[in-house]
Amino acid sequence: MIIDHPLLGPRDSAEFTYLGDASLIHRPDWEAKDAISQFAEYGYQRDNPAGTHRELWFHEQGDRSWLVVTRSTTTHEITQVELARDVARREGRST
Amino acid sequence: MRYSGFKVIKEALTGHRGWGPAWRDRDPASAYDYIIIGGGGHGLATAYYLAKVYGQSRIAVLEKGWIGGGNVGRNTTIIRSNYLLDGNEPFYEFSLQLWEGLEQELNYNAMVSQRGILNLIHTDAQRDAFIRRGNAMILNGADADLLSTAQIKARYPFLNTDNARFPIKGGLAQHRGGTVRHDAVAWGYARGADQLGVDIIQNCEVTGFLIEDGTCTGVETTRGPIKAGKVASCVAGSSSRVMEKAGMRLPIESHVLQAFVSEGLKPVLSGVITFGAGHFYCSQSDKGGLVFGGDIDGYNSYAQRGNLPVVEDVCEGGMAIFPMLGRARLLRMWGGIMDMSMDGSPIIDRTHVDGLYFNGGWCYGGFKATPASGYVYAHLLATDTPHPTATAYRFDRFSTGHMIDEKGMGNQPNLH
Amino acid sequence: MTQVNRLAGGQVDRSKELSFKFDGKSYRGYQGDTLASALLANDVRLMGRSFKYHRPRGPLTSGSEEPNAIVELRSGARQEPNTRATTAELFDGLTAKSQNRWPSLAFDALAINDRLSNFLAAGFYYKTFMWPAVFWEKLYEPIIRKAAGLGSLSLQDDPDSYDKGFRHCDLLVIGSGPSGLMAALTAARAGAEVILADEDFLLGGRLNAETYAIGDEDARDWAAATVAELGAMSNVRIMPRTTVIGAFDHGIYGALERVSDHVAVPADGKPRQILWRIYTKQTILAAGATERPIAFEQNDRPGIMLASAMRAYVNRWAATPAHTVAIFTNNDDGHRTAHDLAAKGVTVAAVIDTRADALKSEHFEVIPGATITNTQGRLGLTVIEVTLSTGQTRSISCGALGVSGGWNPNVHLASHQRGRPTWMPEISAFGPGATLPEGMHAAGAAMGQLSTHGALQSGAAQALVALKAMGKEGARPDPPEAEDAPIRITPFWHVSGAKRAWLDQQNDVTAKDVKLAHQENFRSVEHLKRYTTLGMATDQGKTSNMGGLAIMAELAGKSIPEVGTTIFRPPYTPTAIGAFAGRSAGADFRPIRKTPSHFWAEEQGAVFVEVGMWLRTQWFPRPGETHWRQSVDREVAQTRKSVGICDVTTLGKIDVQGADAATFLNKIYCNPFAKVPIGKVRYGLMLREDGIAMDDGTAARLAEDHFVVTTTTANAVGVYRHMEFVRQCLFPDLDVQLISTTEAWAQFSVAGPNARNLLRKVVDEEHDISNEAFPYMGCGEISVGGVRGRLFRISFSGELAYEIAVPTRYGDALIRKMVAAGEEFDAVVYGTEALGVMRIEKGHAAGNELNGTTTALNLGMGRMVNKKKDSIGSTLSERPGLNEKDALKLVGLKPVDPADPVPAGAHLMTKGTPVDAAHDQGYVTSACFSPNLGCHIAIGYLKSGDARMGEVIRLVSPLTGVDHDVEVVSAHFIDPEGERLRV
Repeated sequence: MIIDHPLLGPRDSAEFTYLGDASLIHRPDWEAKDAISQFAEYGYQRDNPAGTHRELWFHEQGDRSWLVVTRSTTTHEITQVELARDVARREGRST
Repeated sequence: MRYSGFKVIKEALTGHRGWGPAWRDRDPASAYDYIIIGGGGHGLATAYYLAKVYGQSRIAVLEKGWIGGGNVGRNTTIIRSNYLLDGNEPFYEFSLQLWEGLEQELNYNAMVSQRGILNLIHTDAQRDAFIRRGNAMILNGADADLLSTAQIKARYPFLNTDNARFPIKGGLAQHRGGTVRHDAVAWGYARGADQLGVDIIQNCEVTGFLIEDGTCTGVETTRGPIKAGKVASCVAGSSSRVMEKAGMRLPIESHVLQAFVSEGLKPVLSGVITFGAGHFYCSQSDKGGLVFGGDIDGYNSYAQRGNLPVVEDVCEGGMAIFPMLGRARLLRMWGGIMDMSMDGSPIIDRTHVDGLYFNGGWCYGGFKATPASGYVYAHLLATDTPHPTATAYRFDRFSTGHMIDEKGMGNQPNLH
Repeated sequence: MTQVNRLAGGQVDRSKELSFKFDGKSYRGYQGDTLASALLANDVRLMGRSFKYHRPRGPLTSGSEEPNAIVELRSGARQEPNTRATTAELFDGLTAKSQNRWPSLAFDALAINDRLSNFLAAGFYYKTFMWPAVFWEKLYEPIIRKAAGLGSLSLQDDPDSYDKGFRHCDLLVIGSGPSGLMAALTAARAGAEVILADEDFLLGGRLNAETYAIGDEDARDWAAATVAELGAMSNVRIMPRTTVIGAFDHGIYGALERVSDHVAVPADGKPRQILWRIYTKQTILAAGATERPIAFEQNDRPGIMLASAMRAYVNRWAATPAHTVAIFTNNDDGHRTAHDLAAKGVTVAAVIDTRADALKSEHFEVIPGATITNTQGRLGLTVIEVTLSTGQTRSISCGALGVSGGWNPNVHLASHQRGRPTWMPEISAFGPGATLPEGMHAAGAAMGQLSTHGALQSGAAQALVALKAMGKEGARPDPPEAEDAPIRITPFWHVSGAKRAWLDQQNDVTAKDVKLAHQENFRSVEHLKRYTTLGMATDQGKTSNMGGLAIMAELAGKSIPEVGTTIFRPPYTPTAIGAFAGRSAGADFRPIRKTPSHFWAEEQGAVFVEVGMWLRTQWFPRPGETHWRQSVDREVAQTRKSVGICDVTTLGKIDVQGADAATFLNKIYCNPFAKVPIGKVRYGLMLREDGIAMDDGTAARLAEDHFVVTTTTANAVGVYRHMEFVRQCLFPDLDVQLISTTEAWAQFSVAGPNARNLLRKVVDEEHDISNEAFPYMGCGEISVGGVRGRLFRISFSGELAYEIAVPTRYGDALIRKMVAAGEEFDAVVYGTEALGVMRIEKGHAAGNELNGTTTALNLGMGRMVNKKKDSIGSTLSERPGLNEKDALKLVGLKPVDPADPVPAGAHLMTKGTPVDAAHDQGYVTSACFSPNLGCHIAIGYLKSGDARMGEVIRLVSPLTGVDHDVEVVSAHFIDPEGERLRV
């Protein structure tokens, strides 16, 4: 596969390390009353869709950016690649 | 129809006209006591044991395509019970014992072949871990044997022991491990279940669940609704896709695992060898093909095909320890969908919906589990209590912290 | 009597005569021959034996789809089993052996299987070999395994090397027949970067096997001229002998180039083969089509081959399988073969055409509406028996029979991404489906355009489509005139009533096997394949699958497209495993990382050990030491007595900088880090988010906004990745930057009572490293001979100890300087074994304890998990399953009998309980002989271990035959109060 890195252009996916669903960005509030169950849900339950999947890849043999890649799990077609940091900020991880 | 030496000879001499169907295609009835979703090895075994051991009837197996078309049809055929953890080892040992009697049980030769499995050791820390594992196996009633490098060399003289990047420092063997003709397992269970009155229904895809007041009363299918007393999902690889129809999210990701077979070769490898410092394992089939594999590709996928980096990685592992493999040719590579669970171990449990049961999360270890998985799932379905060897395979183990993590990789499925 | 079947003409170079051996007998052929064409020229039709029945076989094809003529090529370590004689290029001195026969090809004892074929029908083994139960593994299976397989491996290491390469282009053209050449030309003229790959050593595809004209030239001359034109263009790369083996995601293709397979031994420095990864924007699949046979009684004798193969042997290689031949066809193309052979002077005894309206010919007899119903000739065809339309039979003598059942487009690569092929009724075959791999376009015969005119036109047209897709304009060339024969075919798959009509010749699958599969309900195409093994041979059913599908369709009352095809999987043709591995084989499997002291250690005769990719020193034997324990015991004893030095560069080092560095580390570590003073080091435990211990190490605060974090060697990469995840994905606004400096700094541990005395001689004088100025857990920047360095007062051994770091390039100088400085203290340099002994004596956890399933609680560090802050893993570490009353706790273990070992991997049992899994109390993680305690010691996990100090328990290792008593003690065997650290 080829991942079109937003800063570096197209790169072979072999340069990257895969983590999983981009929902891992949404780490729960540790002070919530039901924090343990929220963290268990966050840590273990997955949508695992057959189709569009937003997922985290780390450019380990490159610039060490974490990326959010939008990719089909049925065709492997990649439709969007973003810096995970931008996504995290946009989705409310800014303090 | 019972297979016997007499029957085989008679048919050979009379043009094979007397063989009937190994199993019969059925049309769905309007209602069953049990519906098993998924006509793979596990689903068919479940139906078989449900009828045979637990005396149940009115059982249907619904298969969206052709039976045995999932991972029982595309694995690397290995059976073993060399697990470390108490949540796993008794279950897999039970499975291995069922394998040992399978041919007689089913009157079908699935070619269970206990030519042994050998895990190579390359570091002292690995040896410590394998000794702990071997002891755990023995304490659970299985067999294990620690081999020296010299013993391994005597058995497999072509192994790279002289010029290896990661020298072989011994190995943990399980002599009762081995291989089975994988397709025949599905066919054997299908035939056995069919003879016990189970309806095997191919080309019947489940499109939804009939759920009333928190109770599952049947399924919607491409061939119409079918009512059922109990509905049992058994579709590893597609677990999330199916259970999503019942509103469930699972502790599972779907990943592609590739496997490989070489051209047919005269026998060189009697047992199964796994190379612990690389990502490579290999056995040789009765037909002569070297059957091998390695890591999953590592990304979520339902595409049932993989990519070159892992192909190369696996072959590099092969060439690291078997440098004589260079001129053997890879004939075919294929990919299957794995239910990669969050701790690398399966789930066999009831769900939050009454009457709906789940069996999945087998990662890439499902084939060897086939007989026991069917047996214990049948036990759960018939008795609503877990089988003694499968009490740990619960849904709630992640929220309670009772993970069964053989590799110690944590909640990252692609590392298991 | 050599080359009696060699005709005039052809594309062999008669000036270059080559000698070769097949089964020990010498023959001669020409440059340009394949092994098969040369053997046919020498009147050798028998080249192999089939898999199951050991039937005598000759070539069915002239290309890579060959099921029969497969041989062991070369000898010794270069022996290649299952090599297709039809693609093996002849070279001088080539040797080949037939395979799967004993004692000889002409007389094969296992041909007895053929007599027993009634007993060996499809799936027979599933129904038998079960009685008595033990006989399967003891008797039947060993016999089956012995008989199975085709060729043999040499069992010697492959002496050749393989390379991997990467190429990028705008357009990859797969196949150099008329459509491929036209496509390449069209795209190249438009300025696209083109790669043209063909599996053959001679480009031109079918054009080399035909006699017709393109424009006013011979087709093969047009091909040669076009290849020459392409070759002269700087934007075109022509890759002959290169098989595109697979279509992978995003325009990545695997291709195998056979660099040296056409020579006896690879030239010096040349690889045998290269596996290319070709990255392309667009692809033209111009892989042509494969002719398919018709199944009829005894249709597998040597001499019976595809008509197109016969035509290729005669036209391209000027080799005829026999001087009298016949043709069996259901379409007009079979007649073309007859014409070409007749024109070459071969006697065409008859053309048997299944169609009543067959073409007529002046040059040979055509028998319309007829079929072949039997053949004769044990080791080679002698007679065919023809059943005429009238029902009468007629025998015709011939030495070869060309069979033409129509053509199947080579859609394999089009279906590698699981797109299903589409039925094309006009050619009665499957063509490329609606969903091709992204950027792929099929052209020519691969898309069912079976005429040369159609191939040229579609090659040009598809190239224009590809150019447009990449935003380039192309001019439609004016393809030259070429034959445009209409496709006239009446599907005819098998002659009914045959007792033994082969479909899959290699695996010996006959039409009757398909019938039996149907009868037993193995009707799905995948069941058919798996039950009968149809299409599972080394040719993957290229010539056999269609026939099986057609018969199944007939039996099931379905159309062929309703029956469907099995899945096409890479590689297109079998590919050497060595090529996929490239240079990463044997000792070069993975790169080696060497520590800064490696060369010095080598000079000392050190023993090295693999630690991940690293090679670390395990111990330093001294003269007179005959056992490793002597060296290790000495290194430990001397370190504890005076001072020892150890290279610890392999530990991960991560530089953490920024205003929020402390805040960040406070998230990463479960214990507090917000208030670490500048100039201080703190031990830290990292948890995974699931609450399990991930790694431990230290973080040294060099400045308000600057920490240096260390990790274990094994987790250096993973911890860095995790920290970047936390930084970028979870806390994107923290002002903190990370970089791995593992390879930037050489780092040495200096441990023992004389550590400070030694370092005073090494560290530049202006740095005060006294106990007061530089206390335990202190850190700071120093210099060594003017070179900047860092000093950390941390200890893994339990002794007064420091770690000193300098830029990696000074590491070698530093070890030498320290060794020299240490002479007066009798300093030792120690390896990983002594390191391990000392950390076990001190009860420090390492990889064996941090095994991915253990928590801070298990490690005895439960109280370190700070509950007043948010840190990774702290929440999930509270789950009940991780906090059970009898949780495992890290303990020390001492043998009751001091002579007993306490081996790692042993399990722990309460005295008096049964020894089984139900009563398992824990396990030993790390063990060593302690020279300080004079006995073996160990650490391990024991249920409620912290409450069982002094208890005598039973240590068992049934695997290694150990069973004795041990005492539970504190894991801190040495200096439990830590006094030595602070002196």
